[in-house]
Amino acid sequence: MAKRIDVSGLHVFYGDFKAVEDVSMTIEPRSVTAFIGSSGCGKSTFLRTLNRMHEVTPGARVQGKVMLDDQDVYGPDVDPVAVRREIGMVFQRPNPFPTMSIYDNVIAGAKLNNQRMPKAKADDLVERSLRGANLWEEVKDRLTRPGAGLSGGQQQRLCIARAIAVEPAVLLMDEPCSALDPISTLAIEDLIAKLKENYTIVIVTHNMQQAARVSDVTAFFNLAGTGKPGRLIEMGETNKIFTKPEKKETENYITGRFG
Amino acid sequence: MTTTTKGSATEMPGDGPPPSQKSLLTGSLPRYAAPALLAATAALAAGVLLAFGALGIAQFAVFTVIAYAVVISIASRVVENRRQATDRLVTTIVYACFGLAMVPLVSLLWTVLSEGLARLDLYFLTVSMNGVTPSMDAGGVYHAIVGTIAITGLAAVISIPIGLLTSIYLVEYGQGRLKQAITFFVDVMTGIPSIVAGLFVVALWMMIFGPGKTNGAAGAIALSVLMIPVVVRSCEEMLRLVPNELREASYALGVPKWLTVVKVVLPTAIAGITTGVMLALARVIGETAPLILTAGSSAVAINWNLFNGQMMSLPVFIYSQVRMGGAINYERAWAAALALIVVVMLLFFLARLVSRFFAPNLSR
Ligand SMILES: Nc1ncnc2c1ncn2[C@@H]1O[C@H](COP(=O)(O)OP(=O)(O)OP(=O)(O)O)[C@@H](O)[C@H]1O
Ligand SMILES: [Mg+2]
Repeated sequence: MAKRIDVSGLHVFYGDFKAVEDVSMTIEPRSVTAFIGSSGCGKSTFLRTLNRMHEVTPGARVQGKVMLDDQDVYGPDVDPVAVRREIGMVFQRPNPFPTMSIYDNVIAGAKLNNQRMPKAKADDLVERSLRGANLWEEVKDRLTRPGAGLSGGQQQRLCIARAIAVEPAVLLMDEPCSALDPISTLAIEDLIAKLKENYTIVIVTHNMQQAARVSDVTAFFNLAGTGKPGRLIEMGETNKIFTKPEKKETENYITGRFG
Repeated sequence: MTTTTKGSATEMPGDGPPPSQKSLLTGSLPRYAAPALLAATAALAAGVLLAFGALGIAQFAVFTVIAYAVVISIASRVVENRRQATDRLVTTIVYACFGLAMVPLVSLLWTVLSEGLARLDLYFLTVSMNGVTPSMDAGGVYHAIVGTIAITGLAAVISIPIGLLTSIYLVEYGQGRLKQAITFFVDVMTGIPSIVAGLFVVALWMMIFGPGKTNGAAGAIALSVLMIPVVVRSCEEMLRLVPNELREASYALGVPKWLTVVKVVLPTAIAGITTGVMLALARVIGETAPLILTAGSSAVAINWNLFNGQMMSLPVFIYSQVRMGGAINYERAWAAALALIVVVMLLFFLARLVSRFFAPNLSR
């Protein structure tokens, strides 16, 4: 199920402004890759280009190549909608659909696409996804209640359940815990550790401990200077990045020294 | 300001006590002071006006409000402090303005009710004016209700899809020049006087069908010209209120854009959209001028056919009855006005139900 992502020579632009410059990396399947780096260095921008979500932003465009296993994500005949079914995304702020119940939120991927599903199969999918997101026990008695009535942490896990219900190969998470309390954060970190068995996971985080806890590989991004594009500085095993980084810049960032 | 920490509680004139000793207490008027003062000034105003033999509701209200504003400000200034006094003065002014704004509304409703109820009965609502001479004590408004429902119904059927789709285009798809142009023309359309819309349709019908062929459909088109820009504007506002995050959430699940619009954006905004559409409908349902030009002002019989012959409507009925000038005509006009208000109220009630039905259920 999980797939490898291969990025080579990727540049991202917002209109004339170059936000990310020349990133090449390989993201291994069944692993967690963390993106760290200072604010505004293009982590979110880069992440969104992996499933072509940046195309929603007017003026955003990409140069370079992204491969999902052996398929070119930016190939001429590739449908961005199909790409997003393969590469799911969880956002910084939990965003369950306010018009839908918890149940409907989980199967939103199928429902919104007008896919008919027998009730038994839908029930099964909802339970499986909610269990997968460690939320089943908390909500199993109120599946028909609105998704917006859950706590922030529960909502975020609901969004994760919704994302895994469409059975993607890759899951992109942009600061999924930044709006959550430590307990909910822990719940989601546990969840990530569990999901890694089946998915390729990429997570953007500002929390260094979190990156150290959950990820196998860490990629450090930084700005070349104000007004300059962000670049990938260093990528490697999380252990190594946090203990013996090769670049001085990485070490400064990790230890909290700048300049 | 100096921050002395003198132990004594001496008050220096012109300078407040040092912060460390600033008292949080100020004098305050007892709670019954405001109503008591109001009652007192009202009694005073009534007494003075009586003495001059000029007691009237308007004079009484103006006198009372002014006197009360003065008295409460002075009392508050003396007992409390300056900020409180200003607060009380402004509060009085705001309430007075609110009361002033309510006067025409209440008086209008009262007049329509008291004048209209006399004639508004089942008979009046269920017969037309067919074969009734203007001064006969008979006849009713059924044909006008039929016309109003048919014409505004058709206008709604034309305007709501066009308006809603235009607003969806503007918010979800539109870019660059075309979007700017459409926005501009919608603004221009909003400003078209209703009689001009009527003239436009008359000219159009003249061109297509020849002279004297205007009918209910022409009226509906004229109303659509007025209604579409209002629908576009209000729907646009409502669609913009839908957070982008919901659209992104949907895209991230691999949902195409058009399904996202239909199944995420529209349901989220539906409550606001229905309200907006209803306001637009309420705006055109009372239009008179364009309907006189198009659907005509002399129909007396029930006519459900929008495409043949003249059609009466409630506002035009009111207009033509008032023009006739007899006492019975005035009665009919008032009763029809009341009927029109009731129809609009029913529409609003319906809209509330519809939006309640569709609205996202946010209760826990
Ligand atoms: N929609 C946009 N239009 C134009 N420029 C943008 C847009 N989104 C982001 N940028 C710019 O692109 C650069 C990278 O932004 P991005 O959001 O990717 O940073 P980030 O690394 O995710 O930061 P943070 O850690 O604060 O989330 C910034 O300079 C930002 O101003
Ligand atoms: Mg970001």
